[in-house]
Amino acid sequence: MSQNVTAANPAAMERVKFKKQSQAKEIWRRFRKNRGSMVGLIMLTIIVLALVFANLITSYDAATAQNLRIKLDPPSAEHWFGTDSYGRDLFARVLYGGRTSLSIAVLATLSSCVVGCALGAIAGYFGGKVDNIIMRGLDIFMSVPDILFTMAVVFALGASMVNLLIALTLAYFTNYVRLVRSQILSLSDLEYVEAARAGGAGSARIIMSHIFPNAMGVIIVNTTLNVAKIILYESTLSFLGLGMPPPQPEWGLILSEAREYMRSAPHMLLFPALAIVLTACSVNLIGDGLRDAMDPHLKS
Amino acid sequence: MNENNILEIKDLSVIYKTDLETVKAVNGINIAIKKKSTFGLVGETGAGKTTTARSIIRLLPSVGHVTSGTIEFEDRNLLELPEAEMRLFRGDKIAMVFQDPMTSLNPVMSVGDQIAETIKIHNPELDKAEVGRRVEATLAMVGILPSRKVEYPHQFSGGMKQRVIIAMALACEPQLLIADEPTTALDVTIQAQVLMMIKDLRDRLGTSMLMITHDLGIVAKICDDVGIMYAGEIVEAGTVQDIFEGKNHHPYTEGLFGSIPNLKSKAKRLNAIPGLMPDPTDLPEGCVFAERCKYAMELCHKVHPSVATSGTHQLCCHLFNADGSRKEKNHE
Amino acid sequence: MYRYILKRILFLIPTILGVVFIIFFVLNLTPGNPGRSILGVSAPQEAVDQLNEELGYNDPLLVKYFNYLKNLVLNRSFGTSYFTGQAVADEVLPRFGVTLKLSTIGIIISTLVGVPLGILTAVKQYSIWDYVPSVLAFLLAAIPSFVLGMVLLFVFALKLNILPSYGLETWKCYIMPSLCMAIPITAFNVRFTKSSMLESIREDYIDTARAKGAKERTVIWKHALKNALLPVITNIGLNMGGLIMGAVVAERLFSVPGIGALIVDRIAYKDEPVIIAGTIVISITFTIIMLAVDIIYAFVDPRIRAKYTKVKG
Repeated sequence: MSQNVTAANPAAMERVKFKKQSQAKEIWRRFRKNRGSMVGLIMLTIIVLALVFANLITSYDAATAQNLRIKLDPPSAEHWFGTDSYGRDLFARVLYGGRTSLSIAVLATLSSCVVGCALGAIAGYFGGKVDNIIMRGLDIFMSVPDILFTMAVVFALGASMVNLLIALTLAYFTNYVRLVRSQILSLSDLEYVEAARAGGAGSARIIMSHIFPNAMGVIIVNTTLNVAKIILYESTLSFLGLGMPPPQPEWGLILSEAREYMRSAPHMLLFPALAIVLTACSVNLIGDGLRDAMDPHLKS
Repeated sequence: MNENNILEIKDLSVIYKTDLETVKAVNGINIAIKKKSTFGLVGETGAGKTTTARSIIRLLPSVGHVTSGTIEFEDRNLLELPEAEMRLFRGDKIAMVFQDPMTSLNPVMSVGDQIAETIKIHNPELDKAEVGRRVEATLAMVGILPSRKVEYPHQFSGGMKQRVIIAMALACEPQLLIADEPTTALDVTIQAQVLMMIKDLRDRLGTSMLMITHDLGIVAKICDDVGIMYAGEIVEAGTVQDIFEGKNHHPYTEGLFGSIPNLKSKAKRLNAIPGLMPDPTDLPEGCVFAERCKYAMELCHKVHPSVATSGTHQLCCHLFNADGSRKEKNHE
Repeated sequence: MYRYILKRILFLIPTILGVVFIIFFVLNLTPGNPGRSILGVSAPQEAVDQLNEELGYNDPLLVKYFNYLKNLVLNRSFGTSYFTGQAVADEVLPRFGVTLKLSTIGIIISTLVGVPLGILTAVKQYSIWDYVPSVLAFLLAAIPSFVLGMVLLFVFALKLNILPSYGLETWKCYIMPSLCMAIPITAFNVRFTKSSMLESIREDYIDTARAKGAKERTVIWKHALKNALLPVITNIGLNMGGLIMGAVVAERLFSVPGIGALIVDRIAYKDEPVIIAGTIVISITFTIIMLAVDIIYAFVDPRIRAKYTKVKG
């Protein structure tokens, strides 16, 4: 998968692009053959479509309209998942809650990825004192277990979408830093980087066009798997009361409400739990599939 | 089995079978290794040399299957031995040295322990002290300070690691040593050293050797007999004189010799053999080299050539009559 | 070798200082204040201000930071809670003990069950001994620990009624919280150990071992396993983060008087001394455990060990 061309040669870049495209096709082919990954992909597509088009299926009011007369009803034809302790339609709540949970998760993953990769790139590329400071700082930062940090941040700044995103980014950016840094450290020595430098390519160019494409595979796999982790983490925060404030539906929140009524209304526990597990499973299947597709274990 | 031979491979074919495809790695080869001599198996990457080696010692990956042929060693067909018996041969009578010394040693075991393991497996009756002595002797044999047996692989350089690996292979004084490109991964200067050491040990211990390489220089220095392998077949075989000094050659061999850069010539480009080896999942009918051969005739693409023999020299090419002489050129 | 250990232990000090500072810093970014939280929404502003002044809340950040450190080092005291007025140490330390007990059980279960199971799935790949644990581990990795906890509560406490659903009086009370913490980590250990083992088996030195005539069992247990376990050791250290989160959740869910629950509760009251003390205690423990893991690793991996002992040329 190495690129043996300096950034300055346009014809060569064309060849490189072509190579990258056919690599992508090859990865997709391998991914497709893996049953688990395809199942994951299909499940996730269904889930995402349901969430995106939620307002065609039920209205947002259904998720928040209280009707104490029908509270804690088991699943029925009218309320597919039953109702919660305030008489709200659980299906609508799960659907709209999914929107919240998933969009937070995706945004948080992306922002932690960007922050972490940038920091890792700086540390790896410039090395020396800069690297040292960043890594030592990271060590100290990681001495505070994430949950404590997140709790402190969320309560310090208050519970809102942006603050939650900040807290989640801070919790998850660290694994990208190490990842990208080690990729750069192991790749910088390779001859094609020397060649690129000799050809006049500047530092930023080298990082962008040579080092990143090779690191990309690992980053993509990790990012995918992190989405699942953040979904779980984020719903845990909501469960603890540290996530989005009510009445905005969110899976962790719905489950924390279910806690008191488990005995009488177990459906309140079942459906949102299923939603989380199925979503996390499908994302993990895709992530694992991507990892296997990018690095087949066959040693023929 | 001819009593002058230590190993006879007859009509060996090996495939790799995955869900996607079947790779025909080796197709009907014959090799005879004489006692106390060295056979060089030469060819490009992907020719099937390593597969042949692994078939002898029966360490093919799970997707590899021998579909035909016999491998005779000490009058027994190795391919038919039960695994438990084959294990007794490995390391003791037949030893193998793999290609990359950097990764062939277990990083968390001391070098001495790894050599001792071979000795202990095949000589369980020895006591610790005796094993220790043998380990030290083996290390000394390859030019390493015996006191270094407590050190770990990462504390040795590439060349030293390969010496350790060779020491390990020779620890039980096997009759046959299979060396799969033992110097390819080393620096050129170290290559020469290690090669000399191998030659020296071979002479001293009287070990027969199967030397796999793509480097004709190594063949010239150390081999007695040679087999040239291409796309899973042996296209030419003979003594080292036949190959280096003989008049008739397979076009592939010609290409190999021609591609060696010559400092004295004024040529501006290297002579590579144009084209690539055929796809082993889809081998052509007829001669496997026909697509790249500059002498190719129509016959070559249709009919697989038979072996032409002239004394010790064998050729598998339509250019030659059955007795090894060149055919008259027919003007068509 | 000892230089390495010493160096790492000394690094604890800036770590702790850094941690305390970060927590102080973050907590001070906030609107609320303890005076208001304690006296309530309707209390007059002067009373609130006076209380804040008394508690020392209004001092500038750095002053508070240094006062705290001074108090900690000179008086060996964590200060007094803004909320209860009691010595922080009296509240924090016993609860820390509880969390420590649960966490230890959690680590033991997750390591002793997870790692061998992971090895099993790798060695018997593609058989039922592989599929069942792997699928199970996969599913369990997708379940957040609070959902797991609620399911456990539902099944064992509510429906079957064989385990108590809160508190810590009997030994039975320890079962569900520790399982709730241990299971996700066990699942992770299974998958991680499996992949480490599989990678190890594909290495070249395994070929060498086989070529020596070693029995397949020896090849796997002696050669592959030793190498596969190295990353697993490091991994156990990394599990700590997940363990602490599991502890916070489990303590909330099962009403266990642990330190996680304490911190979460006091955050609402901006009870800085307690929050800080709690966080410091957890962070220090965390750091010490990571250090212990690193040291164990340094002993076990000859490549690292060699870096810190005499190297022969």
